[in-house]
Amino acid sequence: MSAKKDQIYMKLYISENPAAKSADISRRIAADDMILTSSLPTTAGSRMLKGYMSLFGAEVLTRLDNAGFTLAGKANVGEFAVDLLGETSYFGAVETDGKLSNAAAELLKAGEVSAVITLDVNGYPRRAAAQNGLISLKPTYGTVSRFGVIPAACSGDTVSIMANDTAAVSEIFAVIAGHDDKDGTSHPEAVCETAKTAAVPIKRIALPVNLTEGTNEDVKGKLAAFTASAEAAGIEVVKVESDIIAVSNIAWNILMSAEVCNNVSRYDGVKYGYRAENFSGIDELYTNSRTEAFGELIKSVIIFGSETLSADKYNKQYDKALRIRRLIVEAFAELFSEYDAVLLPACSALSYGEEIRADKYAVYTENRFTAPASITGLPAVVCGSVQLIGRAFSDGSLLAAAAKITESEGK
Amino acid sequence: MKYETVIGLEVHVELATDSKIFCSCSAGSYGTEPNMHVCPACCGMPGMLPVVNKRVIDFGMKAGMMLNCHINRTTTFDKKNYYYPDLPSAFQTTQWFAPIAVKGLVEIKTSTGKKGIRIKQIHMEEDAGKLVHDIREDTTHIDFNRTSVPLIEIVSEPDLSSAEEVEAYLDRLKTLLRYARVAECEMAHGTMRCDVNLSVRPEGSNVLGVRSEMKNMNSIEAIKRAIDYETFRHIDAIENGTEELVQETRRWDDIKGMSFAMRTKETAGDYRYFPDPNVMPVVIDDKWYDGIKSSLPEFPEVRFERYTTELGLSEYDARRLTESIALCECFEAACKVTGNPKDCVNWITSEVMSILGVRGITYDQLKLDGNALGELIKLVSDSKVSRVNGRKILDAMFDDGTVSPAEYAASEGLIISTDTDLIDKVVAEVVAADPKSVADYKGGKEKALMALFGKCMRQLKGNCDPQVLRKALIAKINE
Repeated sequence: MSAKKDQIYMKLYISENPAAKSADISRRIAADDMILTSSLPTTAGSRMLKGYMSLFGAEVLTRLDNAGFTLAGKANVGEFAVDLLGETSYFGAVETDGKLSNAAAELLKAGEVSAVITLDVNGYPRRAAAQNGLISLKPTYGTVSRFGVIPAACSGDTVSIMANDTAAVSEIFAVIAGHDDKDGTSHPEAVCETAKTAAVPIKRIALPVNLTEGTNEDVKGKLAAFTASAEAAGIEVVKVESDIIAVSNIAWNILMSAEVCNNVSRYDGVKYGYRAENFSGIDELYTNSRTEAFGELIKSVIIFGSETLSADKYNKQYDKALRIRRLIVEAFAELFSEYDAVLLPACSALSYGEEIRADKYAVYTENRFTAPASITGLPAVVCGSVQLIGRAFSDGSLLAAAAKITESEGK
Repeated sequence: MKYETVIGLEVHVELATDSKIFCSCSAGSYGTEPNMHVCPACCGMPGMLPVVNKRVIDFGMKAGMMLNCHINRTTTFDKKNYYYPDLPSAFQTTQWFAPIAVKGLVEIKTSTGKKGIRIKQIHMEEDAGKLVHDIREDTTHIDFNRTSVPLIEIVSEPDLSSAEEVEAYLDRLKTLLRYARVAECEMAHGTMRCDVNLSVRPEGSNVLGVRSEMKNMNSIEAIKRAIDYETFRHIDAIENGTEELVQETRRWDDIKGMSFAMRTKETAGDYRYFPDPNVMPVVIDDKWYDGIKSSLPEFPEVRFERYTTELGLSEYDARRLTESIALCECFEAACKVTGNPKDCVNWITSEVMSILGVRGITYDQLKLDGNALGELIKLVSDSKVSRVNGRKILDAMFDDGTVSPAEYAASEGLIISTDTDLIDKVVAEVVAADPKSVADYKGGKEKALMALFGKCMRQLKGNCDPQVLRKALIAKINE
């Protein structure tokens, strides 16, 4: 391995399992550092959890281990996985050729692993897959156990799969999807099983054109290419409009911030994790530890989330966001009465330029493409650098359609 | 001007489930070593998800039904956010939007008569841990045994107006919840705690005054003193302008006999409640609801009435039995065996209660099998075992719950002898060996007969019908 490559890898893995080197590449996987492991530290990309060793590992990793997969290491992740691509990691952003990239995507492109288990909190795995021409499945909420996953925005957090092709994603999904008693939001086994099958073939796709606004030519090109391939494969793509789906991220930012704020409150310097050296009294212990250990984006999430839950803002913001969530679910249901899937971009550009990188809070607007599936819990597949959202439990059908549309050429 | 005190109570009761509300750790950790009943879930470590303990819902429902509440068929859990070292996840899972029970009514009896106290709501929540301050080392330790132990908070309307009513109300809650076997309600153990909201107003007014709240009161005597003090302080402030009353939380110092301001409404924390996305709404279907409803015990008054009228017990005895459902159930089972309620109540109020006292067991903790007790009582009333030996057998039954009275009596040689030859033989020996007592008795000293009787009984190891022995003895002396 060259010196340059070595440097990249330093940032790709936060911790590694050296024993995995000998494992067959098709059985070698990574997990992002939101997924807890008892053999390796789990940091959530935060100084707060530097070196944190969990007493237990995630259910998904147990299932993969039982199925003969080997965990090669923990992929670097942005602090609590709320950022664009991982740039807020305390352990450093991943850059290739001066461009912002993502650890999971780079590991796959380098052939280090055959799949990466990621936590989709605010869309980073979907953006990373879209920008790197990879496949990402954010399964239907409740089909994959969240037991042993660092909680961020629990009502949307979904254990997701990133891989080079749909076959690898399907194989992993078949292993990890299923009921888990340890997760109160887990669906019954039979329901999870239906998500694995391609029971309802995707024949008609809706493309809400107002949601493609603000994307650059590269992204528009990918949408056009996908549409052409779909039609060549006998799948109709119809342009529609949806005002309500377009505001998903405004509601999602409220819900996500509130939930993340609540979930990271436990990191207070008292029990584990980072504790400030200098403090006098419990209030200063809290304040100094959290001030020193959290990065700026998470601090903004905490402040925004805390405010939105405050007594005078709850009804105006949080409760309203919950109502909007229901309206978005209904809007999708209406589209699904005519169409089998909804086509959306996953990001505004296929690589982020200086402008978006200079804006520390860019993710609050850039997540307008990923928020619709996050807030509804609907399954989403990124393929051909675009995103296909389906009915609940249509995960298998989406993957089949993705394969048909984007992987048929050249076969 | 005459004033009246207006009091509302928030009563926290620890539910007596075996395990905690969201994990399988033991919930009954009172008095055990610190941090022995903890796991990553109740220590708030990331990655554990709450799985609702169904028994907690059962108990919450029962409590609601005992207090005549309406049960919300869809009940949800919410997160209450605040920072404190004894709250490891920095949020408490509680019920803010749709509590398990609402709109109840509890009847109390005081020296001024009966009164209904309205219950605003009962919600379920998890307890926090305990801080242990070490003054010598100037450090604070945290015991997480109590975190996530299930609690219900019973919120009353401001319907109470005196310390006496508060005491009667708390007593009533305790009785009802103990009857349903959902809680111990022991203030000294911290399984019942109380926040007192108090204000005063001119008598007859229907406008509420400025209220103060005293948190975490844990003895009924302290509560009574605090109510008297606060009432005085409020009236003094209004009448004499000694201070301006503000809505605030106060701490009661039972040693100084005074309350002190902790925080005002303005500086109170904003708990930022929101629905817990990890706990799905709990939907109580008819089958579940009816199952709980049919498992409710008969109320103590109904039992009292039945005991005094149908079973012919004295009011005194009926009152003693109905203090605890465990006593009632033991009594009723014993009655079924013996068919003699008076005999059974005598055994329970004398022998059973005496053993409980000696062994330091509360009435509610009684585990004695009522059927076995009935068999024992029958053995004694059928003159198969003496009363003294009956007590011995009862002791053995307390030592070992599997002891069968009849088998035990047989194996330990405690069956009354009907062998008159043996009795005559013992009597003859005793009379022959103690001519002085015989002479004394013949000379008119009744007591001398008792001495002889005792000697015979000892030789017979108590296994003799006293009437039979007495007759045999007198006959022998008069021969």
